[in-house]
Amino acid sequence: MLSRVANSIYWMSRYLERADNVARFINVNVHLTLDLGMEGNNTQWHPLVVTSGDEADFTKRYGKPTEKSVIRFLTFDEKNPNSILSCINYVRENARTVREAIPSDMWEKINELYHLVQRHSRKQRITNLQEFYTHIRLSTHLFTGFFEDIMSREEGWHFARVGKMIERADKTARFLDVKYFTLLPNPEYVDSPYDAVQWGAVLKSVNAFEMYRKQFHRLNYKDVAQFLIFDPLFPRSLMHCMQAAERSLRAICTSIELSSPAQAEMIKLQAMLAGTTIDTILTGGLHEFIDIFQFNLNVVDQAIYKSFFARA
Amino acid sequence: MENFDGYQTHGFYDELVGPDGKPRPVTAPLLKQINALSPKELRARQKAAEQLLYQQGITFSVYGDKKGTEKIFPFDIIPRVVPSEEWSVLEAGLKQRIEALNLFIDDIYHDQKILKDKIIPKALVLSSACYLKQCRGLTPPKGIWVHITGTDLVRGKDGAFYVLEDNLRCPSGISYVLQNRAIQKRTFSNAFETMKVRPVSNYCDHLYDTLRHASPVVTQKKPIIVVLTPGIYNSAYYEHAYLAQQMGVPLVEGSDLAVIDDHVMLRSTKGFEKVDVVYRRIDDEFLDPKVFRKDSMLGVPGIMECYRKGNVTLANAPGTGIADDKAIYAYVPQMIKYYLGQDAIIPNVPTYVCSESKQCDYVIKNLKSLVVKAVNLSGGYGMLIGPFSTSAERKEFAGRIRKNPRNYIAQPTLALSRSPTITKGGIEGRHVDFRPYILYGESIFVLPGGLTRVALVKDSLVVNSSQGGGSKDSWVLGSEPSNIKDIHRA
Repeated sequence: MLSRVANSIYWMSRYLERADNVARFINVNVHLTLDLGMEGNNTQWHPLVVTSGDEADFTKRYGKPTEKSVIRFLTFDEKNPNSILSCINYVRENARTVREAIPSDMWEKINELYHLVQRHSRKQRITNLQEFYTHIRLSTHLFTGFFEDIMSREEGWHFARVGKMIERADKTARFLDVKYFTLLPNPEYVDSPYDAVQWGAVLKSVNAFEMYRKQFHRLNYKDVAQFLIFDPLFPRSLMHCMQAAERSLRAICTSIELSSPAQAEMIKLQAMLAGTTIDTILTGGLHEFIDIFQFNLNVVDQAIYKSFFARA
Repeated sequence: MENFDGYQTHGFYDELVGPDGKPRPVTAPLLKQINALSPKELRARQKAAEQLLYQQGITFSVYGDKKGTEKIFPFDIIPRVVPSEEWSVLEAGLKQRIEALNLFIDDIYHDQKILKDKIIPKALVLSSACYLKQCRGLTPPKGIWVHITGTDLVRGKDGAFYVLEDNLRCPSGISYVLQNRAIQKRTFSNAFETMKVRPVSNYCDHLYDTLRHASPVVTQKKPIIVVLTPGIYNSAYYEHAYLAQQMGVPLVEGSDLAVIDDHVMLRSTKGFEKVDVVYRRIDDEFLDPKVFRKDSMLGVPGIMECYRKGNVTLANAPGTGIADDKAIYAYVPQMIKYYLGQDAIIPNVPTYVCSESKQCDYVIKNLKSLVVKAVNLSGGYGMLIGPFSTSAERKEFAGRIRKNPRNYIAQPTLALSRSPTITKGGIEGRHVDFRPYILYGESIFVLPGGLTRVALVKDSLVVNSSQGGGSKDSWVLGSEPSNIKDIHRA
């Protein structure tokens, strides 16, 4: 397929996954502040800014994080390239340039989502936060439904899948990192109800709460990390994302009858995950591990760009 | 007759209503269905149709609007109807016209017999801005230059159809024909069935066949066909994407193509792939910066050389604009006579060519009753509509015409036919034109339908979308009894 089209499909898919994750994070945090009786207390919003990776930009323009400013920054801020608004704009812009390459139903979903966010953004005020974020998530699920059910498993589908999985792994890793980082320095919280609620929120942020319970039954930071990094069967774990991305890269290489450095890099990253254990990771530091993981994820992303999009 | 209560034709030819104020016989089922609705229900259906277009993203960007405002191309849910007997004549007339125009273009770029025989003034043709000397001596595959045409027809007060423009370059609007139909079918489905409306949905199959037929090489392999667009900021981008999607071929921008060893190549994830046919929606002058406009960022450097060597087909072929020059248009009836030995089935609108001094004098004396047009502009630009002009405007135009008579033609102001349209004040007549689409492949195919453009502004004669025009579905009626196969294909 056309390199430009492959590139756009990849980014369309990444940005949609990103928007979905941001909506999920905010929604869970709104719940969390209610659960903890921390309404009006803004400390709970700081980690969200850290998770977004855009803390410097935030501080420069907003100062101290408050519920209001964080929600605004992550949802409607046009200057924040990773706000939901910006992400959905990118999704639509990319989808528009590949409109002929994706099923109309998918395009219409994106178009609808775009208009929804635009409408709310103009109002500058969300009367019902929960409803809004739920709506975004449902829209992305509908899109995914079409993606799974009506799109041929050709190159385009696989590029979208690779983009989605890389983005998802990045977000799961970030979220784990930030929560771990902010929770650990408080020994008095360990095993307290506060601790349980916090780790529960981590899991809920990636919709892993119930699936985790089936495996580990009790909330415990080590098991949460184990689950989100290694569980091959949970679709948002790092391991699962890497395996799925690798399968799609392999399918792409088969279809174009070429091998590619991207696939080699992906296999390396997968091997790194498989070759370590949760104990090793925690000994060396979760934060350090996630740093390396994300660095390698970027290497894969760059290799994909060079192998397929910058070709010819 | 609630919705049509007090409906007036005001002496114009009306597409749906007879001079007696009663529905024309073939349109009766449609008007009956419309009248069965309350005015409120009718407006609700109009709104629902607009909402659907918006949701589907069938929009165009408004130029110069930084916020990226998008608008739907206004759509009126009351269709225009073309009875089958009238259509048979139009169909034959359009086939005849395209055949003659194609022969004319081929002649102009080869022997120029028609000029030597003095049927058309040589100076007029060779001085046209649309005459591309780079095309001299070229013969596109199978001798077809105009693969895709959208001819503008208008109906006068006398009820007769006339050809207003031929649009032989990159005619747009077909996607609206197809989308309008998809929406219209849901709006008045009863009338749609009873009136045996002919299907248009197979257009893209015909388009694909036409492009495939034009492929330069005959191989067992499927030819690689692409649609070349100027990009997402072009107002017709939606259409380019739609056509590519419906045919299942790549939509490309100039930068997606490269020229290697005089072959056009696609930059794909695999590397380079050879392209056989380019359905280009970029004007000639932007096609190849090496040959035409050097500042063009939209085209493909070197593509003309590939075309010249016969390695790629460009549809439509470069150079077809010569027959689109509004001054040369005036001579199409003579072309038909010259090449086919026939009289034109659909007449031209009487046209005064200002490069002929007698005609020029007449035009300048009668500016108030004429419509003056620049020969190479479209979209309602560069026009003077005499009866609606001020004396200052007329003075200015007279000056322009004297300065460069070759650049202008004039036509009588036509009392364009009207068709019932939903307005704020209920259903009123609005002026319309009609653009059927013609494909020249193995044979010449005329799609039984077309784009009806409507001037939504009261009394306005300008139907262009850039000037406040909208569109309607066009129902070409079949003479055969409706059968189930037709309904499914519609």
